[in-house]
Amino acid sequence: MEVPILKQGHYLIASIQSALTDADLSQLREALIARVGKYRARGVIVDVTALDVMDSFAVRTLRDIAHMARLRGSETVIVGIQPEVAFAMVQLGLSLKGIATALDLEEGLAFLDAKARERA
Amino acid sequence: MAEELRLAIASDVDIVHAREKGRELAAAHGFTLGDQTVIATAISEVARNILLYARRGEVRIRPATDTGRDGLVVIAEDHGPGIRDIAQALQDGFSTSGGLGLGLPGARRLMDDFDLKSAPGQGTTVTMAKWKRTHG
Repeated sequence: MEVPILKQGHYLIASIQSALTDADLSQLREALIARVGKYRARGVIVDVTALDVMDSFAVRTLRDIAHMARLRGSETVIVGIQPEVAFAMVQLGLSLKGIATALDLEEGLAFLDAKARERA
Repeated sequence: MAEELRLAIASDVDIVHAREKGRELAAAHGFTLGDQTVIATAISEVARNILLYARRGEVRIRPATDTGRDGLVVIAEDHGPGIRDIAQALQDGFSTSGGLGLGLPGARRLMDDFDLKSAPGQGTTVTMAKWKRTHG
């Protein structure tokens, strides 16, 4: 299932709609990194509200997206991690250390706006 | 024994299917949303290990009772190359596949019981269980 990526101003918003296979996650990573360049995006938001499981592969892919986007001059923020998903991630030993997270899309956008003002 | 789910693992789609089925069974047996997520996440990790190291195998999920507690038992079995050093495979951050090395140790932390049987050339069987918490 391909994840729709919307362009909003200087930002890209990837809105995950349903459970993703490993191949879907890898495809999302490639698509986002390509589009950061194509649209000269300053920020990327990955909305994971619809994910009811974040296992080690999903977390590794999100980390890769954030690191690759940063190398291309774009900040990433992960939004919408559900409370029970956060609980399971911590038990599993997964962290998103060094990667911005926000409660929801609105907070994510506010975070990127603040970052953009810092850089201006 | 009550219903046992047998789920073949041979592709990444099967990983998603197995964890969704596991969650459904956990929900049907009255596990909390938090525990359903924990069980589904653990299934995802052991199913991915099958795919990564053995390419194919099976996940079996069944309700169980132990000393008055109700729970769910998950067995992940493959006939792949097996694991030479089990202690090492259960260490955080150890991986021979380039992953995060959190699959098996993470699944062990998520579940209440965890047992790993493996030998080189003999395949691998992970048996793990989650028990419903009883309050008062």
